[in-house]
Amino acid sequence: MAPGTVPKSFGDRLFFVVTACAAALVLALLVVLVLRLTQYAWPAISRFGLRFLVDGRWDIGAEQFGAASSIYGTLITTLIAMLIAAPLGVASAMFLVEMAPSWLSGSVGVALELLAAVPSIIYGMWGLFIFAPFMANYVQPTLAGWLGFLPLFQGPKMGLGVLTAGIILALMILPFITAVSRDVFRLVPPVMKESAYGVGATTWEVTRDVSLRYGVAGIAGALFLGLGRALGETMAVTFVIGNNHALSASLFDAGNTIASTLANEFAEADSDLHRAALVELGLVLFGMTLVFQLLAQLWLRRVRKSMGSRR
Amino acid sequence: MTMKRLAYRRWTDRIARAMAALAAVFGVVVLGAILLTVVYRGASALGIDFFTLATAAPRERGGMANALLGTFYLVVLATLLGVPLGMLCGTYLAEFGREGPLAVAVRFACEILMGTPSILIGVLIYTLLVVPVGGFSGYAGAVALAVIMIPVVARTTDEMLRLVPHELRESALALGAPHWKVTLGVVFTAARSGLVTGALLALARTSGETAPLLFTALNSTAWPRDLTEPTANLTVTIYNRAMSPFDDWQQMAWGASLVITSAVLGLTVAARWALGRHCR
Repeated sequence: MAPGTVPKSFGDRLFFVVTACAAALVLALLVVLVLRLTQYAWPAISRFGLRFLVDGRWDIGAEQFGAASSIYGTLITTLIAMLIAAPLGVASAMFLVEMAPSWLSGSVGVALELLAAVPSIIYGMWGLFIFAPFMANYVQPTLAGWLGFLPLFQGPKMGLGVLTAGIILALMILPFITAVSRDVFRLVPPVMKESAYGVGATTWEVTRDVSLRYGVAGIAGALFLGLGRALGETMAVTFVIGNNHALSASLFDAGNTIASTLANEFAEADSDLHRAALVELGLVLFGMTLVFQLLAQLWLRRVRKSMGSRR
Repeated sequence: MTMKRLAYRRWTDRIARAMAALAAVFGVVVLGAILLTVVYRGASALGIDFFTLATAAPRERGGMANALLGTFYLVVLATLLGVPLGMLCGTYLAEFGREGPLAVAVRFACEILMGTPSILIGVLIYTLLVVPVGGFSGYAGAVALAVIMIPVVARTTDEMLRLVPHELRESALALGAPHWKVTLGVVFTAARSGLVTGALLALARTSGETAPLLFTALNSTAWPRDLTEPTANLTVTIYNRAMSPFDDWQQMAWGASLVITSAVLGLTVAARWALGRHCR
C-alpha cells in the first residue's frame, strides 16, 4: 500500500481514524486557543478598543486597563536580553566550532544542551537571591557613575527592575542561542573553509568572511527563535522585574512584562473586566510570539532550502 | 609594508580568538555558577523532614513531601494523557499524512504550539477546565502539562518514524500483515529508542514548568488526596516561598529547586542516552 492512501480493512480504518483524530486535535487546540482567548477577552476588547494597546494606565480599582507598560516591558527586556545573548552566543558558537579542540567543544556542547533544559524558575531564584544584590551593590552604582547622565541609568539602585530582568533573560536564552548557532556553523562545508585557509587566511578571517557569511541567514533564524523564547518567558522575569505598571525611562525602575503580569494577577483577579483585560494581554503576547515565529520559520525554511542541508 | 600588514592581521586574529574564547568561558562560568548555587544552597535544606513532612507555616517543622507527591501525580497524569496522544498524532503525520495538506497544517500547528509561551497554555486551560467546573484543580494542571507535551512528542515521533526504512514496512505488508499491525509491531519497534527519547524530553520539559500551573492546579498546603481540588506542587511552592519574607521558607525553596533541577537534568541525560542508543 502506498503511503497516503486510506486503508481498507476495519482494523486499518480504525487505526487511521484514531491517529487522524489525534492529529486534528493538535490543530483544534490552536484554533480553540485563539477563539477561547478572544471570547474571554471580549469585554475588554469591546470596552477599550485599540486604545488598549497604547494606554499606559493599569488601574485595577478604577477598572482602567491599558497594555502599553506591559508591551513596553516585554519588548525592552527582550531587547536587552538579545543585545547581551546574541553576540555572546554567536561568539561562543564560533569558538566551539572553529577554535576549540574537539574534546572541549564536545563536552561544552553537552553541557550547553543540559543548561538549556534547566527550568526557568531556577534562573528566577538565582536572579532574586544572588544576582539582584550583586546588581544593587556593584553593577548599578558603576553604571550610574559612568552613564548616570542618561535617564536610562537614573533611579533607585534596588537590584530589581527592567535591566536585571533583561540580563537574567539573556543568561536563560544564551545556551539555546549558542547551541543553535553552533549547529549553523557546523553546516558550513569544510571545503570552503579549507580553501580560505589554503590561501593563507587567518582563523578570524575564515570565520568572518566564510563561516559567518555562509551562516548569516541561519544565525538570524537562531536569533529569532531565541527572541520568541525571551518574549514569553514568565518565571525568570517575574522574580526580578519588580512588577510595577508605571512607564519609566529608567532601566533601574521596576516594570512588568505581559507574562509577569499574568503570573502575578490572574489567579487573584476578582472583577470580570480585570480578568478580560489580562486575557487580552495574553492575546497580545500570542500575537507577538506568532509574528516572530512565522518570520523565523519562513526564514529558516528558505535558508535550509538554499543551503541544501539534511534537516 | 607587507610585514606590517601581516602583523596587523595576526593581531586581529589573536584578539578575535581571545574574545570568542572569553565569551565561551563567560557563558560556561556564569551558568556553572547558577548550578553550583542551586546545589550549595539546596543541599543544606534537604533532609529526612524535607522528603517526609508536608509544607508547614513559617518557623514550624515541615517539609515538601506533599508538593513532591503532587508534582509526581501531575506529571504522571500529564504523561499518560500527553504521550499517547502525541504519539498517535506523530503516527498520523509519518504513516498517513506524509506531505498531505492536513499533515502540513498539523506540523505547522505543532511548531506554533511549541513556541507558544507556556503561561498562555495555562490561560487556555483555565478558560476550558477551571471556569466551567468552578474551581482550580489538579486535573486542570495535568491537562495543561499534557497540552505542552503533545506537540513535542508528536514532532519527535514523526521524525523518528520517518527514519524507519520503507523496505521494513513493505516486507511486513508483503507477508499479509494489516497496516496497523505493521506500524505498531514493526515500525514502532524499529524506532523504539527514538520514541523513548521524545517522551523523556517532553517529560523533562514539563516537569520543571511553573507558569501553566499558576492558575490551573494552583497550590495547596494539604496532601494531594483529590485531584479535583487545588493540588500542591513543587514549582508553584518554590515561587510562593521564594517571594515570602521568611528565611526558612526561602531555604525550602532552594531545596525544592535542587530537587527539580536534578530531576530535569536526569531526564535530559536519560533522553540523550536513549538517543545515543538509537543512533548506534
